Amino acid sequence: MTLAAPVPRRGPRRDGRFTAWAFLLPAVAYVVVFFGYPLAANVVTSTQDYTVKSFYTGEAPFVGLANYAAVLANPLFSTAVLNTVLFTAGSLVFQFGIGLALAVFFAGRFPGGALLRSLLLLPWLLPLVVSGAVWRWMFDQDHGVLNAASRLIGVGAVPWLSSTAWALPAVILTNIWIGIPFNLVILHGGLRAIPASLHEAAALDGAGAWQRFRHVTWPLLRPVTGIVLMLGLVYTIKVFDVIMVVTGGGPANATQTLTTWSYRLSFHDFAFGQGAAVGNVLILAATAFGLLYLRSAKATLAEAAA
Amino acid sequence: MSAARRALLLVASAALLTACSPTAPPASNAPAATSITELDYYADEQGSAAWQKVLDACAAQTGIRIERRTVPTAQMLPKILQGASSKTLPDLLFTDNPTLQQVAATGALTPLSDYGISADGYYPGIVKAGTYRDKLYGVAPGVNGLALIYNKDLLTAAGVRPPSTWDELTAAAAGLTGDGKYGLAFSAISSEEGTWQFLPFFWSNGAELSRLDSPQSTQALAYVTGLVTSGSASKSVVTWNQNDVADQFVAGNAAMMVNGSWNLARLDEQKSLHYGVVPIPVPKAGAKPVVALGGEVGAVPVTGGPTQQAAGKVLTCVLAEPTMLQWSKAHAYVPSKTAVAAKFGAEQPAMRAFVDEVGSARSRTTELGEKYPKVSQALADAIQASLTGKLPADQALKTAQQAAGS
Repeated sequence: MTLAAPVPRRGPRRDGRFTAWAFLLPAVAYVVVFFGYPLAANVVTSTQDYTVKSFYTGEAPFVGLANYAAVLANPLFSTAVLNTVLFTAGSLVFQFGIGLALAVFFAGRFPGGALLRSLLLLPWLLPLVVSGAVWRWMFDQDHGVLNAASRLIGVGAVPWLSSTAWALPAVILTNIWIGIPFNLVILHGGLRAIPASLHEAAALDGAGAWQRFRHVTWPLLRPVTGIVLMLGLVYTIKVFDVIMVVTGGGPANATQTLTTWSYRLSFHDFAFGQGAAVGNVLILAATAFGLLYLRSAKATLAEAAA
Repeated sequence: MSAARRALLLVASAALLTACSPTAPPASNAPAATSITELDYYADEQGSAAWQKVLDACAAQTGIRIERRTVPTAQMLPKILQGASSKTLPDLLFTDNPTLQQVAATGALTPLSDYGISADGYYPGIVKAGTYRDKLYGVAPGVNGLALIYNKDLLTAAGVRPPSTWDELTAAAAGLTGDGKYGLAFSAISSEEGTWQFLPFFWSNGAELSRLDSPQSTQALAYVTGLVTSGSASKSVVTWNQNDVADQFVAGNAAMMVNGSWNLARLDEQKSLHYGVVPIPVPKAGAKPVVALGGEVGAVPVTGGPTQQAAGKVLTCVLAEPTMLQWSKAHAYVPSKTAVAAKFGAEQPAMRAFVDEVGSARSRTTELGEKYPKVSQALADAIQASLTGKLPADQALKTAQQAAGS
């Protein structure tokens, strides 16, 4: 996209335009083949009665919006939507909050800071399946390390994964832990880009630490904040493996989100059309948030330019 | 269209299906194939090694080279569907018996009568599991089921005898609970595994899968729920799969467990652990326990002439008495032919309870066929809702019946 812009408007420079298109072509082809086509196929599938048999025979009768109607009428729909919202919001708020606090902490230079910071990246490097499995052990009601700690401080054992009330907080906690490094890294980078002289000037004017953060750091960090939150939202809303490994959507659907439910509809109930429909609902939601972000980003840019 | 279908799978489970599909060579017109591809899910070390020996023996015997592929259990069906849509099915596959109906329904399998394999001499339950619309599509070299495995030392110390009825099980589990130990462990995870562990209680009490909210069914679920609410079994059963249950038992955290014969070899490795096996306790004394029939069935997909015949030959070899016995011994399965099983039970005392139960075991798909997975999922949800105290047993099962019926 950016390559097309610098082409001069004056004069018909055909070969220049051709070159621009030639550069663009691989990217366009990639997007069409690996995003456009599967997306379109998913939309088509969601309007078909796609069963196990369809895989072999290729026959899947068109049923219009029946799959969407079935999904909406399913009592699990509201559960999955609510869980997805809680999971996404809960993860985002704490990932970002803790990530920001750590980024501010590490913005100051002190001995061992760089080493500590790289250690904090560990959750990011582990395969999600490994993190999930380890958290599952830690959450174990009778022998998990979390409850061993809670007993030590006199609080009773928490039924982390075996109660419908605690399971969702437990998977959110796992996902927060996984997401902190990403927030830390990007926000840390954003902080480093703020000139130290601004802080020094504010300090000379008598601003305390909180005032410097509130009136210097925070406003200047806003563009980075927007990107972190947006990417975090898109990552979180589609989280599948963490939930699958830690709870499998249970107990009693307490941690069923749109992604795990879509998988279950497709590969447990073999209602592939309905599974695709749920997937599309999720894509729509993510797209809506993406558009919102683009609009606000444009506004920020216009503000900055003015 | 096959590309479109592959794309659907990519979207639906990109993470799970990134492995490339097996590319079986297209069937040529050559008179006999000398090599075939085989797919199974024996991914655990011990089971995989035992299965490899069976295949090696049959490769030597038939002169057919067997190219083996193994996937994790959960990926078996997606893998088969992917193969069906891209016409790259393996020549021979061994899959969990309840999935056979799904695969047979696609039209991707060949009747075993094509290769001279008949149902004679097999346990009726396993024949039913492998039969789709009156034709036999899959047979197992060995079957398995669930029994009650107990820690002899803990029971002796507590002065408790291995239970045979529900009342005895309740009393025994309560008597063995304490000191951070639970009397009983079982799996009630939110998948087929949870349903499979509940079915012995469900069926032994006279309930039927076609009506999940019957009084017999409610009574069975209320009974199992009682074991958890009374504290005789851990609340964590809703998160344990059967391997976790075996871990708890081996660690001495549970005095008794509901588990399958395939775990016995693992228990044998623990020299300090002395265990015994009895059939699953029944509601009333004198009744026969009805467990669900487990194990993998061999099937031959439609892949074209010569390789199909070769796969048929290998399957015939796997089902022959010597290989059947070899497999059953190595992986603690019950031979699926009644006569072979009787011989086997006489030789292996630890397996006797399992052998006894197979006679009355039921196939999960006999009643419902292709509808089984949906009903099984609904039942697993009901079990979890009841065990976590979200809903009382009767309401949980009413909800399940509605979900299964829709």
